[in-house]
Amino acid sequence: MGSYIPSTEAQRKQMLREIGLEDFRGLYKDVPEAMYLDRELDIPSGMSELEVARKVSAVAAENKVFPTVLRGAGAYDHYIPSIVRYIPAKEEFLTAYTPYQAELSQGILQSVFEYQTMICSLTGMDVSNASVYDGATAAAEAAAMCRDRKRRVTLISASTHPDVINTVRTYCYGTNDELRTVPVKDGRTDMDELVKMLEAGDVSGFYVQQPNFFGLFEDAEKLGKIVHAAGAMFIMGCNPIALSIMKTPAECGADIATGEGQPLGMPLGYGGPYLGFMATTAKYMRKLPGRIVGQTVDADGNRCFVLSLQAREQHIRREKASSNICSNEALCALTAAVYMSVMGPQGMAEAARQCMAKAHYLADRLCSLNGVSMRYGGEFFHEFMLDMPKIPQVLKALEENRILGGLPYDGGILWCATEKVPKEDLDRTVSIVREVLK
Amino acid sequence: MNLIFEKSVPGRMCTILPSCDVPQTDLADNLKRKSALDLPQMSETDVSRHYTELCRRVYGVNSGFYPLGSCTMKYNPRIDEQMAALEGFSAIHPLAPEHTTAGCRKVLETARQYLCEITGMDDMTFQPAAGAHGEFTGVLLIKQYHDSRNDRKRTKIIVPDSAHGTNPATAAMCGYEVINIPSAPDGCVDLEALKQALGDDTAGLMLTNPNTLGIFDENILEITRLVHEAGGLCYYDGANLNAVMGIARPGDMGFDCIHLNLHKTFATPHGGGGPGAGAVGCKEKLRSFLPGSAVKGHEGIQVRSFSGNFLVVVKALTYMLTLGRQGIPEAARNAVLNANYLMHRIKGTFEPAFDRICMHEFVLDLSRFKEETGVSALDVAKSLIDMGIHPPTMYFPLIVHEALMLEPTETESKETLDRVAEIFRSLYDLARKDPEYMKSSPHNAQIGRPDEVRAARTPVLKWTREEDS
Repeated sequence: MGSYIPSTEAQRKQMLREIGLEDFRGLYKDVPEAMYLDRELDIPSGMSELEVARKVSAVAAENKVFPTVLRGAGAYDHYIPSIVRYIPAKEEFLTAYTPYQAELSQGILQSVFEYQTMICSLTGMDVSNASVYDGATAAAEAAAMCRDRKRRVTLISASTHPDVINTVRTYCYGTNDELRTVPVKDGRTDMDELVKMLEAGDVSGFYVQQPNFFGLFEDAEKLGKIVHAAGAMFIMGCNPIALSIMKTPAECGADIATGEGQPLGMPLGYGGPYLGFMATTAKYMRKLPGRIVGQTVDADGNRCFVLSLQAREQHIRREKASSNICSNEALCALTAAVYMSVMGPQGMAEAARQCMAKAHYLADRLCSLNGVSMRYGGEFFHEFMLDMPKIPQVLKALEENRILGGLPYDGGILWCATEKVPKEDLDRTVSIVREVLK
Repeated sequence: MNLIFEKSVPGRMCTILPSCDVPQTDLADNLKRKSALDLPQMSETDVSRHYTELCRRVYGVNSGFYPLGSCTMKYNPRIDEQMAALEGFSAIHPLAPEHTTAGCRKVLETARQYLCEITGMDDMTFQPAAGAHGEFTGVLLIKQYHDSRNDRKRTKIIVPDSAHGTNPATAAMCGYEVINIPSAPDGCVDLEALKQALGDDTAGLMLTNPNTLGIFDENILEITRLVHEAGGLCYYDGANLNAVMGIARPGDMGFDCIHLNLHKTFATPHGGGGPGAGAVGCKEKLRSFLPGSAVKGHEGIQVRSFSGNFLVVVKALTYMLTLGRQGIPEAARNAVLNANYLMHRIKGTFEPAFDRICMHEFVLDLSRFKEETGVSALDVAKSLIDMGIHPPTMYFPLIVHEALMLEPTETESKETLDRVAEIFRSLYDLARKDPEYMKSSPHNAQIGRPDEVRAARTPVLKWTREEDS
């Protein structure tokens, strides 16, 4: 059986004796007899490290690893620079607790402060928090920020990722608030419908994803104007790689910027852990949920960092807190900061440009095949919806060639291409699809 | 120490990507970003050194004793990290076709099975990303249950005043009115207060057992029975499971749903504040209300995208495979032994809040000590930093004044506990000899006490260039 307990049998006996007990059972005298488990757990016996390594590796081998991934839909296969894997693996970063004791955790606090600064730069906003669980929960928390006593309704575009919509819906269910989805027209938010839905004057906030779930760029600036004209707040959920080259939420007049940070150095990991970023304008700083790191000085006047504005949080305000969120995704935020530092402004923009270029190249070449067409017109980033015949056969043929094709969705396929996919893989994909569709 | 931006040199960069091998495309002007992207411009050497410098200013479980009560800072096995980093897990897309992800589903199913057995639950979800997130999910199960039975008058959730702040915050996030009940003098649930608070407007009770004082509430069966009798459900905050895993099960205590902190009890690393995983288990009657992923076809509630922090579950599963059926209760027993031993060694100087057998953690009450010496729990905590020890949890639970909560965990050696007890004894003496020294501690740390008031009054929450400020 594997164990991480340093004390030997002899030492345990000695400790028990010192506290006046015969055996371990005495430690649990407060546990009623009826509840004391009188049998062993029905799980396998423990194992040595070598056996565990073999067993778990065998389970991992049951998964199919695709060297080429052309599927996105909220989880993106970007190239992760080597050093980005090493730094968060440093034992201190990995095993430390939340930095409540500032004198012992300046390293973490400073790295979070740096992360917050980078998120502000990426989004153009004034203040960022230390992160939340993922892009979907960030959207839900942002929606909550918009509500006040008079306005409670949240609007969300139907062009948003279904998991984000459902998460926001769940959080609204929690607080007994209403969520309404704004219909989509030709793959984008229907602006006429949005205007109509804002007329009642009860909307607190509107959320749009940029680029949206179908990969398309929304006219965010115009959406923002419509929303503000109706007295509601504007939330933009953005792809962080795209932000390197696309109009920022700040430039679009957004009040709150959120997004899924997974593309910033986190592996696909079958869905997690990921990273939710949240940033806002100075005006709404105190409504931001979650941890925020602030700069101050110590008794000797040295610059230092602390968890700040804690009066917003659950450990102070308990049931009056705006959110129950207690932790963040610290190690993922660190990963994102390292990624952004390694890539730098040129690298980030280059990654974005290449994602876009490769997706457009793939789209053009696939659309040149018989029976294949773009479902929606207009500008897209690195994802696009195609209609084509024989979808299951296409995906199967790709799979046999170790390519994970686009996501079958709504009768079509939602494709994605990132900077990681070389031209020959894109060409190979097209050949395979051409073969199937012959 | 400088910020990374202060080390940036314009034009410096790493060479990560090749040049583009397909024709370039351009964004329309009205979609283009206009403001410059101000990120650090560094060489790889610079990045490496910067984070090394930062790392030296972090205290991890690898650095030394970390007795944060209710946080279970046990050793984080490296084999867990290695398994989670396997390409066969880390490279898997959450929406890959089912027949290519048998391994992922096996991880989740096996973890589910083991944790249901350990907790006495019938089903479990791994979607919540943290403890508080798990609490939210658990209370939503209760809400859905009552809604499904059209029982709309149940608007209150009962929470003991010893509860962690996330409990009432969670109840409020679920639209409930929070009824705080006072604890009995021994820190356990006051049965009379509970009976008074119960009614047909009770949706449920949120409880931790052992409680936040490290005491096992021996009335637990009566407590859950009373709540059920009133028509409410019982939610178990699993933060303290390390005391009883494999020895007593929340399912046998009468709880209907629970959350677990995989990053506490099941040894996945804290990461400086996440990522964790707040697995939520429930009894049969709540199974149909568990969350899932809409894009994967789920039609009920959802608390985050996809299936949750999968790689964290891999770590927890690896840990459970290592410890196995004997190792799980053995870890619990030794966590409790270590806590009692340390408390016993410190007794005679600092006072335990309750002089009785504790579970995996115990609380010291420094209110009399402060009256006598002027040195507070905070001052003691800061003085421990100078001794190379991470402070225990301070000022929690709220029902003990000048509290310090210590949880050594089972992965500390007897020598460490002996040494720590000595350190506490020496600080007890120092408080009488030189209280001022302790009140201005720490003296040998990365920084002195930070000015938190200034931080809150004039918030500086990001770095700005000299020219911009």
